[in-house]
Amino acid sequence: MAEIKESFFSADGLEKRLAGKKFWKTMMTEYWIPKDINFLWAMGVVLATTFAILIISGIFLLMYYKPDTALAFDSVNYTIMQEVAYGWLFRHMHGVAASVIFLIIYIHMFTGIYYGSYKKGREMIWLSGMLLFVTFSAEGFSGYMLPWGQMSYWAAAVITNLFAGGSLEAWGLVEWIRGGFAVNDATLTRFFMLHVFLLPIIIIKLIVIHFYTLRIPHVNNQSSEDIDYDAEAEKYLAGNKKESKVIPFWPVFLSKDFAVLGIFLIFYFYLVFFNYNFAMDPVNFDPANSMKTPAHIYPEWYFLWSYETLRGPFFDMFGLKAGDIGLMIFGFAQAAFLIIPFIDRDPDILPAHKRPRFFIWFWIMIIDLLVLTVYGKLPPTGANAWVGFYATAVFLLLFASMPFVTRADAKARGAV
Amino acid sequence: MREFKILAVVVFFTGVLYWGVEPFAHTKLHPHVPAPDYTFSETEDVRAGKTGDVASGKSLIVDQFQCQSCHSMTVDGTKIGSSMDLGVMTPDLTSAGLIYDERYLAAFIANPAKAGKVEHKFEEGATHPMTNFDMNYDGIFGDDDAQAVADIVAFLKSIAPKELTNKEVYVDACQRCHSIKYGDFYGGSMAATTPDASIKSYMGVIPPDLSQMIRSRSESFLHEFINDPQKHLHGTAMPRVGLTEESEDQVVNYLTEVGDSKKAEREALAGPFLGYLVIFAIFAVLWKMKIWRQVH
Repeated sequence: MAEIKESFFSADGLEKRLAGKKFWKTMMTEYWIPKDINFLWAMGVVLATTFAILIISGIFLLMYYKPDTALAFDSVNYTIMQEVAYGWLFRHMHGVAASVIFLIIYIHMFTGIYYGSYKKGREMIWLSGMLLFVTFSAEGFSGYMLPWGQMSYWAAAVITNLFAGGSLEAWGLVEWIRGGFAVNDATLTRFFMLHVFLLPIIIIKLIVIHFYTLRIPHVNNQSSEDIDYDAEAEKYLAGNKKESKVIPFWPVFLSKDFAVLGIFLIFYFYLVFFNYNFAMDPVNFDPANSMKTPAHIYPEWYFLWSYETLRGPFFDMFGLKAGDIGLMIFGFAQAAFLIIPFIDRDPDILPAHKRPRFFIWFWIMIIDLLVLTVYGKLPPTGANAWVGFYATAVFLLLFASMPFVTRADAKARGAV
Repeated sequence: MREFKILAVVVFFTGVLYWGVEPFAHTKLHPHVPAPDYTFSETEDVRAGKTGDVASGKSLIVDQFQCQSCHSMTVDGTKIGSSMDLGVMTPDLTSAGLIYDERYLAAFIANPAKAGKVEHKFEEGATHPMTNFDMNYDGIFGDDDAQAVADIVAFLKSIAPKELTNKEVYVDACQRCHSIKYGDFYGGSMAATTPDASIKSYMGVIPPDLSQMIRSRSESFLHEFINDPQKHLHGTAMPRVGLTEESEDQVVNYLTEVGDSKKAEREALAGPFLGYLVIFAIFAVLWKMKIWRQVH
């Protein structure tokens, strides 16, 4: 280390010690982003902002919330909602942001799939992003338990019970997770710990990793063009800003993000004030009652598609019980999107509209996930059960066919 | 232009998703029921067109049948009788003529279980704690009964106050069975007046606390349910209470005051909040255009 002689108490001295200008350059003014992007590229910053809203509103809620089955419901619905100044605002912001963040995650994720941003060098971005999705799912699930309403209790009972492993009867595992034979006070307290401590820390670390994995392969662009970043950056710095194919993160990229963010926040706060029931299910305003099962138990909307794959196979097949098959598919569905970089056998990075077969695959996937989501909320009886069954089958077939579909596109293009 | 096309696609699929998991799912999960009927038109008017006489009604209630042996009521400024525990605490009759529909009230006096639509609760020998009205114990609801019921209803209407607060309507109509803890969280004065053990043996279950009903049920559900509980919860032990439309509105307003006490604040804050964000968005878009002009 070179000895620093400038005073610690001077701007120059501080700069010598921290190299803030260099750091700013590296992270901001000379962090290069492609110019050929659309508003979907702003979803990362929208997500980061929504996560910040969750952290801040969560801290305010944490000051009054009581993780005890005897106190939780009233601490949320009376203390926070009726007594604390603007407690209702923080709860609505938290509840709605928790739901909306999944909408943005899905948009972000399918943007990545559409433009082929998960492959050929960008696998680590994809994997860290999918890990974030899984961790956010756990965070959403654990948070939903905290108000200790009817849906908190029964969703917790149903979902923790999945760890029994169907016919495997992995007895012991469910009890270990719950801290008892039924969902109880110990369950609430440990999910509280997960929700406010362990999972947020993991999420923050994963976000840092996600940003880091992006730095080397760079962000993809609308036409998936391979850009020579050094050459383009040089052009930009030389003043040929209009010809350069890249823009700096600050202020050019972020100015677009802020514009998108501004519009997003209007939409988000409209929901906070006027249309919050989709995120804060009315059923959960009935206090938890282990003696009274609600007429319909369903998870939050963002879990519905995978929940429906669990219910899809409703009759025994291939010598296996329906429940076991459902559980296997459900287990696969959780991790399914993790594997797509490895089952895409097209050597080129191209947007879906330049991969005709994959383009069809993509939109069938979107429609199938929508069908699974909508039917995941309905009672699985009569025709609904068959819709769920076929939509689950289509979901599996899509993954099974992806290697062939992508290969066929590459062949037709003459790339292989 | 391309951005707007992409935005249209995103908005379309988000809209379909929302429609599917909210409005569409709700029509499947919560079947539609007929709108509330505040005229109680399918209930027979047992008074059969007879005009009630207040003085006669008073003598029937106070002297002949002595309703004050089970009910309390305020007559000529004096409270007579007291409420007692007959499985559920008996109601004070002072406000009955105001808060209950008169046609319903007459039907209830004639046959409480039938008017309340809870006859299924009183099969196999069990009887409603309040007996059916029968002037001369002949087992027939005749002309004399119709005239007497008309007189009693006229009297109850004459002693009823002209108006009540939302909370007073709630207390008279609901609180005998239902607690509403958040109505007095620290004082506990809004607990159900019937002891838990009595109500549980009478109804089979402790009726739910109503603190958060305004959030857990929609306003329209509450109106449909209070007007006729059997529509949404077939076989429930909760009787139809026969509130007038005005009284039912007051009950729902009380549930809102208690369960959604910050509603007014929420509605007042929305405008300035969204207004600020619109201004922020305008400046953000203008700034973006200014910056991007340098690179395009």
